[in-house]
Amino acid sequence: MFMFTTLKQRSGRRMEIPKSFLGYKRENGRAGTRNHVIILPVDDISNACAEAVANNIKGTIALPHSYGRLQFGADLDLHFRTMIGTGSNPNVAAVIVIGIEPKWTKKIVDGIAKTGKPVEGFHIERTGDIGTVMKASKKAQEFVMWASEKQREECPMSDLWISVKCGESDTTSGLAANPTVGNLMDKLEPLGVHLCFGETSELTGAEKVCATRGATKEASDKFMKTWSAYNDFILKEATDDLSESQPTAGNIAGGLTTIEEKAFGNFQKIGNCKFIDVLEPAEEPKKGKGLYFMDTSSAAAECVTLQAAAGFNIHLFPTGQGNIVGNPIEPVIKLTANPLTVKGMGEHIDCDVSKILSREMNMSQAGDELIKTTMRVANGRLTCAEALGHKEFVMTKLYRSA
Amino acid sequence: MATDIIIHDQKDNVGVVVIEKVTPKQDCKCWIMENDSSADIQSLDEIPLGHKIAMADLKEGDTILKYGHDIGKVVKSIKKGEHVHVHNVKTKKW
Repeated sequence: MFMFTTLKQRSGRRMEIPKSFLGYKRENGRAGTRNHVIILPVDDISNACAEAVANNIKGTIALPHSYGRLQFGADLDLHFRTMIGTGSNPNVAAVIVIGIEPKWTKKIVDGIAKTGKPVEGFHIERTGDIGTVMKASKKAQEFVMWASEKQREECPMSDLWISVKCGESDTTSGLAANPTVGNLMDKLEPLGVHLCFGETSELTGAEKVCATRGATKEASDKFMKTWSAYNDFILKEATDDLSESQPTAGNIAGGLTTIEEKAFGNFQKIGNCKFIDVLEPAEEPKKGKGLYFMDTSSAAAECVTLQAAAGFNIHLFPTGQGNIVGNPIEPVIKLTANPLTVKGMGEHIDCDVSKILSREMNMSQAGDELIKTTMRVANGRLTCAEALGHKEFVMTKLYRSA
Repeated sequence: MATDIIIHDQKDNVGVVVIEKVTPKQDCKCWIMENDSSADIQSLDEIPLGHKIAMADLKEGDTILKYGHDIGKVVKSIKKGEHVHVHNVKTKKW
């Protein structure tokens, strides 16, 4: 079924890299690795209604969150961008949007409708929860039964949009798990995939080296400007010793001593790739295939939520001590090189590369293993986080509401 | 050959323990990734998996090099073979 290409390995061995995967083709030309029907609340007070609809109609998922009222300016723009981007992600087949009032609900429906996928909005004022749940449930049933007939079809590798973020890192992350992701990037970038890394604050200490990896001077300058703005914000808000938060207690237990050490480990994830542009949080990439840097928080769920909202359809998450994060629409693949993490919490680990530390596996072999895992998940295998029910959907809020 | 400690870069003055732990007076085998070479060191402390060992004597104010880059400063002198962590090294950033 698959076509293969070969790549010369450093070890002399040749690994066949698939040229296609089985995905769901969408109306706008993108392809999904999943086929979700989501119930998206516009605001915090519409969560109950959205969750009631998802409870009524099997096979749909509600994405409750904490915000969406009285936000303004750049913070409100980010809210809409995240909502519309989440609904527009190709892993989503159809969307029900529920808000308290019609105006913001319609804005999100109209944004998602540009993809051509089925989307319908409902508002609660003048109807109440019970009436809205009934109306939205009828439409959700129609959507989910329609979506359930969609079949996976052969899609080129370039339809994969891969985001990466590491968490609960330790020194094994920088030694092995993160360079494994870098090895995968080096091998898949030539096939035309989109790639994205973020974690602005966790590049602190490695920022100047990271800036040299911009594909153009414009990209490098944009990165330094973005990093400096985030760093200024952190220094302004800091009230006590930041080294209490960065590295985290988990990082320190795993042997990481300073933010600089963590940053150079983090940076291993991009291999030898150069980034072609710097994205705002949740901004869809517009410059075609290749690697992008996105300005994100370094908190796992916030970062993955923003990357999913930008349209990324599969996520690679290296961990050291064992971060367990998942996302409702973008499958999150965990890998670790820490043998104690594999032993103690193996149910969270999709790809074990701990043999790099005992030198029974080299980086290229580890990269190949991760490519195999990624393809299986792209083709439909559930990730550990999916099987365990991890659906962390966390909106980024820039400042207090009006 | 079993490897007890991995060092990223020839320039680095710390290595990472990659076995469950090293014990005091243990003769450890080190592998330097950058140029695929080997080194030996005797540990002075018990150091767990993932934690760092000093590959040289370091004094207050010295820079710790890992990945060939500056990752912080020594705040309490460290002997070759001792455990390197938050008790003797701090960030230069925050």
